[in-house]
Amino acid sequence: MSTRTPSALGRIAAVFDARNREYLRDRSAMAWNFLFPVLVVMGFAYAFSGNPQPLFKVGVLVPAGATLESLREQAPFLSTPQVEWVAIPEQEGSTSRDQAFRKLTHHAFDLLWAPGRYWLNETSPKGQVLERLIRSQSPNSTRETVQGRAVRYVDWLISGLLAMNMMFSAFFGVGYNIVRYRKTGVLKRLKATPLRAWEFLVAQVGSRITLLMVVSAIVYGGTHALVHFQMVGSYIDLAFVLLLGATCLVSLGLLVASRISSEEFASGLLNLLSWPMIFLSGVWFSLEGTHPVVQTVAKIFPLTHVIDAARAIMLDGASLAQLLPQIGALATMTVVFLAMGAWSFRWD
Amino acid sequence: MTAAILRAEHLKKSFGTLQAVRDVSLEVREGSCLGLLGPNGAGKTTTIEMLEGILRPDSGRILFRGEPLGPLSRERCGIQFQHTALPDYLTVREILALFSRLYPTSVPMDELVRLCSLSEFLDQDTHQLSGGQRQRVLLAVALVNQPELIFLDEPTTGLDPQARRNFWSLIRRIKQRGSTILLTTHYMEEAYELCDEVAIMDRGVIIAQGAPDALLKQHFQGVAIQMPKEDFEKAYWKDENQRTALQPFAVDDQVEIQTGNLDDTLRVLLDAGTPLSRIRIREQTLEDLFISLTGKEIRA
Repeated sequence: MSTRTPSALGRIAAVFDARNREYLRDRSAMAWNFLFPVLVVMGFAYAFSGNPQPLFKVGVLVPAGATLESLREQAPFLSTPQVEWVAIPEQEGSTSRDQAFRKLTHHAFDLLWAPGRYWLNETSPKGQVLERLIRSQSPNSTRETVQGRAVRYVDWLISGLLAMNMMFSAFFGVGYNIVRYRKTGVLKRLKATPLRAWEFLVAQVGSRITLLMVVSAIVYGGTHALVHFQMVGSYIDLAFVLLLGATCLVSLGLLVASRISSEEFASGLLNLLSWPMIFLSGVWFSLEGTHPVVQTVAKIFPLTHVIDAARAIMLDGASLAQLLPQIGALATMTVVFLAMGAWSFRWD
Repeated sequence: MTAAILRAEHLKKSFGTLQAVRDVSLEVREGSCLGLLGPNGAGKTTTIEMLEGILRPDSGRILFRGEPLGPLSRERCGIQFQHTALPDYLTVREILALFSRLYPTSVPMDELVRLCSLSEFLDQDTHQLSGGQRQRVLLAVALVNQPELIFLDEPTTGLDPQARRNFWSLIRRIKQRGSTILLTTHYMEEAYELCDEVAIMDRGVIIAQGAPDALLKQHFQGVAIQMPKEDFEKAYWKDENQRTALQPFAVDDQVEIQTGNLDDTLRVLLDAGTPLSRIRIREQTLEDLFISLTGKEIRA
């Protein structure tokens, strides 16, 4: 017989270790976690690899009190039919101006124009064609430049896919798994040991977050090797945001699983949570231009904040200080979900 | 008489309007094997789960070594539940390692493997085990902390007769090591084979308690005569009181008569013209005792 000092850390480590082994041996779940995002990225990279549409897109900064039509009277080239002219109302403190410059940086606009001046992305060949058009009719316009590689859809998509993959793994790896443990009596068996509820929960959450980070790193590396997507920010910042996001999503999965003992009900509830997030958190398409109510609703979802923050780091090189609103929202949600999940947890 | 390791006093437990346990008091003596018997729905599992600390009684109290259930009982008791799955994708060896790390004291794995005969499937995933192998693993998990008291809740339900008998020898080996066991079962033969003392439950109360042989002696004298109902019905009774005095008891298509004087009873049956070519004479069992006490069969 061997005797040792009872230790909460030792018990947490035992459950953590067992859960990791279970995950690594569940080949079907693991294949899904690794292959799904890689296949989606490759699919979209291939689908958007053809020549872009032969259409120019110009953002027009419309001063307060003016309209695109009134500007066309002063600058007839704004009526050139081969160009899509997108009006951007300029107001004091407006974010639309910042967004317009970000789009120019990402080649979503080929050129940005305002009365008497224009901005050009030096790496955009289409912008140089448009510049000739503008200077032929308005030679005194002031020229300014920005720099930035074109953002392909796949560059934009990768942060959403990483976050979505994390969400599924968090929900079904923790939420669904705990419900299954409860239904089959595994939790009841563990309850009969010296293991305490908080120790079990810490081990489950810790195991899943560790695995999520490892899987995300592998998926990131694998997809980057295949399609070379953009990453202009700090890897440490990105890891921090993904870690916080993983903790938040795992905590939400834990909250769902805290009392339910029906796998069917848990599965339904997790799907009910995950599908609106997939469509409204900006995984597949931007919510810019959607109804303000939709944009407000999207902010309720943790996935929205994870994706916004990760995308800003990867495409715009945003720092953590610039992402305080997203980080604050995720941290608050994590604390609330974790506290409610631990408080309402029951073994059987 | 050895001291009680576990004592329960006036336990009551209801689920909604169902009174599962109405008033149960019992003691488990150190080093003994106590069998809690009864049909499904008698309240055995509810009682044992209260004793294990899994369910909280509505009223009454439970003391393990004189202390209310808590960290001490969780560290020093071993439990084999009636329905338990094991974590998926782990081998038997890993399951034992997991559970042994949850206790301050643990039995060396080699010893557990030898005791519960696990060597053949030690590195096999738990979902690949047969019913008998699975029960042995669950028993090993219950023994992992060298428990002073082991709860076994219907450990052989669903096993084939051979696996059941193998499991019995395993429990005998554990008994020989001096462990205290509280066992629930609805197999009377199992209780008779393994238990030093039995408590028969029905409808949420204990209706009889004692050593199996002592209980049989207390309630029965003699043997049971069993014959087909149609043979018994062929008898011609000069006096209906003779028939009533035999106290025949119908079980399916058979009639049973308990008797303390076999010769006299056979003579009465012969005098009444009852065919005796198909009779069977046997000793009374715990099952007979249960039927006698409750007026119904043990239900599987």
